[in-house]
Amino acid sequence: MNDVIDTLVGISPGSKLDAIRAQRSEARKHAQASYASLFDPRDWGGVTAEERFAVASFVAGLHGEPQTDAFYSSKLAAGLRAAIAAEAAVAKTKGPYGSYPKGPLSAENTAGPTYRVGEGSRGTLGRRLAAAFEHTHMLVFHPRDAAAPALQALLDAGWSTTDIVTLSQLVAFLSYQIRVVAGLRVLSGSQK
Amino acid sequence: MTDKTLTPPPHTEPVVFTRDMLDWLPWIEPMAEQDMTERHLASLVDASRVKSPYFRLLARDPDVLEARTRTDKDIFYNPKAGLPRAERELAAAATSRLNGCIYCASVHARFAATYSKRVDDVQRLLDEGVGAKLDARWEAIVAASVALTALPIAFGPQHIERLRAVGLDDAAIADLIGAASFFNWANRLMLSLGEPATQG
Repeated sequence: MNDVIDTLVGISPGSKLDAIRAQRSEARKHAQASYASLFDPRDWGGVTAEERFAVASFVAGLHGEPQTDAFYSSKLAAGLRAAIAAEAAVAKTKGPYGSYPKGPLSAENTAGPTYRVGEGSRGTLGRRLAAAFEHTHMLVFHPRDAAAPALQALLDAGWSTTDIVTLSQLVAFLSYQIRVVAGLRVLSGSQK
Repeated sequence: MTDKTLTPPPHTEPVVFTRDMLDWLPWIEPMAEQDMTERHLASLVDASRVKSPYFRLLARDPDVLEARTRTDKDIFYNPKAGLPRAERELAAAATSRLNGCIYCASVHARFAATYSKRVDDVQRLLDEGVGAKLDARWEAIVAASVALTALPIAFGPQHIERLRAVGLDDAAIADLIGAASFFNWANRLMLSLGEPATQG
């Protein structure tokens, strides 16, 4: 399989960035292995392929990264893809925001929206994905607001403890992959 | 049966950013050591991590944990060329400070202080936040980490120019991008699967 980060940045073999990435060959190899373990796993466990690609498309949409979004959403049926795009457009905001434990840091608390899936999309997404999208929005934009009840909401919607680990890794990994791609793209464009 | 979240034992939550050692208490059940297979144990990479509830929780999905850990180690520990270790840790601490991960910031502020010997500057970043006065090179590294962490992502050619002006070559800039981006991964796991607690 082609290296996804190289593909999304447009790094060609023999280029300067190819050589720079080669100096961190373990990071390059295992960033790709992270992708493969989430999107082409040996065992899908309790989280279906459709759920994984749907959450990935939503995360990319929230970041406003059309190429990454197209990469993940191409695996989805048109109806689901459209519902995700509509939700991401409504849910997209600025971050990171959120609250700190009560004390001196409370002065740094920053308010922002708590996203709930629109009524029109709930049927298309289903109960599990709707709960996952609400959690994903918090992870992407205001992770310091996380608390145990958010995980209970996922458990109540049918996600097991192990499924939650996979979902959390997926959203967190994409938060990494999207930034590496964005950063390397700027670096690539600045080469003299 | 539907799983349930855990109620952490009585503890004191840290209410400021600190370089002190902290504990971490999970909100959902880590694997029990005796239930872990060879594959689960191998996914920890460092055998000693079996004592960590954080890693025993992530071991529930062993393939992604192992790949995550090997990515992490190369970004931060590979000594070949690129950004000095202290400044990779600075990028991790600044990212954690902005996202609000008190646990991650404590670990990587300690590393940044140890490797740079600039304890006061690191503490100022924790106390005052990502706008703290440091020096031109560290401020450029913090600003680039902030721009990569912000949503929408604000990292642009002006950040590259500023980093080059303070002496970073392209390999060092690529390391900074790796370190700040990786902490956008790590912060989200640490913040959302459990909570920090003061020790002792």
